[in-house]
Amino acid sequence: MDVPRHWREQVRRYRLVGSKCKDCEKLSFPYRTVCPKCRSRNYEDYQLIGRGKIISFTNINSPPKEHKYNLPFAVALIELMEGPVITAQITDARAEELEIGMEVEMVTRKIMEYNDDGIICYGYKFRPIVEYAHP
Amino acid sequence: MDDNVAVIGVGLGKVGEHWEKSLRDLAIESIWMAFEDSGIDKVDALYVGNMSSGPFVEQEHIGALIADFAGLGPIPAVKVEAACGSGGAAFIEGYMGVKSGMYDYVLVTGVEKMTDVLPSKTTSILANASDRDYEAFHGVSFVALNALVMRRYMHEFKVKREDLSIFPVISHKNAPFSKHAMYRKEISLEAVMNSPIIADPLSLMDCAPICDGAASVILCSEKKAREFTDTPIIVSGVGLATDTLGVHDRKHMTTLSAAVEASKKAYKMAGVTPKDINIAEIHDAFSIMSALSIEDMGFAKKGQGTKMALEGQHYIGGDLPINLYGGLKARGHPVGATGVYQIGELVYSLRGDGRVDAERGLAENIGGSGATVSVCVLERGD
Ligand SMILES: [Zn+2]
Repeated sequence: MDVPRHWREQVRRYRLVGSKCKDCEKLSFPYRTVCPKCRSRNYEDYQLIGRGKIISFTNINSPPKEHKYNLPFAVALIELMEGPVITAQITDARAEELEIGMEVEMVTRKIMEYNDDGIICYGYKFRPIVEYAHP
Repeated sequence: MDDNVAVIGVGLGKVGEHWEKSLRDLAIESIWMAFEDSGIDKVDALYVGNMSSGPFVEQEHIGALIADFAGLGPIPAVKVEAACGSGGAAFIEGYMGVKSGMYDYVLVTGVEKMTDVLPSKTTSILANASDRDYEAFHGVSFVALNALVMRRYMHEFKVKREDLSIFPVISHKNAPFSKHAMYRKEISLEAVMNSPIIADPLSLMDCAPICDGAASVILCSEKKAREFTDTPIIVSGVGLATDTLGVHDRKHMTTLSAAVEASKKAYKMAGVTPKDINIAEIHDAFSIMSALSIEDMGFAKKGQGTKMALEGQHYIGGDLPINLYGGLKARGHPVGATGVYQIGELVYSLRGDGRVDAERGLAENIGGSGATVSVCVLERGD
């Protein structure tokens, strides 16, 4: 895992930028340059809001080695409000709270640091949306 | 038909943790077993099914390596890679080599040496078959991807975890007979249910084990095969298809659309329907994959993939016996070798091993979380 491959993802990872087909309006995350629906190559960046709901999840007990210091953690498939489904970790929640249909929002967090090159990688995670009581 | 392709030799090495054997040792052993089984000892080309020799043992260029050390001479030899579906993909390349008339005899070897690295590194290497930047980066292992699909399946079709846990029991039922299997014993439903959770709802015994192994088969025309045997095993249909690499991009998360496509192609080429299939080797890397495979290859309606299993129809004597040599779960899943093991096992069953009288069977090999699926239909040529 070298520096450039993380560096080049920074806008997409930190700001959750996907892409939009200018011909059929299909949204994609991760970004694509050929539309999976109409095969158009007429694409532009698309800023996603970063909200959605959990459509499946799992709590991982046996992670790949780069993630073994993060245990325990949960990952989920999240259907964003704009349509695309994204794979991400769920944070700020207890394992037993998670359920299909739960509404979540994006936050930027540390994804891993003990990889082979010692690079600290940040990226999106999702957390349950909490309701604040306004004073 | 004049241009039919047949399997004339099978060599299946013992699957396990082979501390004393290297990748090349395993491959060579299975190749010479296949030579002995076929009665020939020369081939015109070698296709090697292998997923990750680079990350696992720091060795690439294994086509040339194996041709060299197995004494095959200066023949064309290349590696074919499609993650855990590498073996099936290599078999189809070999099939095309004979079918096209390019080669008279083709050797297909599947090999994987997984135990030279620690298990957490293995988990990381296997995750390379998913989208590294958008799935594996987030810590999603292969087990986790299957757990995500499994939970969704249970949610959409109101299926219970214990209904899926029947699949490892079925595969293990046949394992004591299977000389090359890693775990030659039966297991109970309770054992599966009570095994530790790896990524909920998936437990340890829902998952095929990490191991080493190599399998080889030899292909030639049916005409040539009849010089060796009166009952050649004919490859009557093959299909390979792909799907989105990431699970998150699937239109239907609980459908292996590559299995739908690949099986349709194979059935069409063989001129059969699912009803004509007597036995099947199913890619049971995870229990959920068995249920989806049964459905998506047309043996059950969507959401009903556990029904036949729960009725006992997948045991020997049932309507569709599966995984007659232990499947991935009990035989073991040396990833890039698995597809070739399945073909070899299907050949054993069709030749007649005293357990089933089957005329036709299929082998289904999945790469990754379903982004590659191959389906091969084989039949007895008597
Ligand atoms: Zn489009």
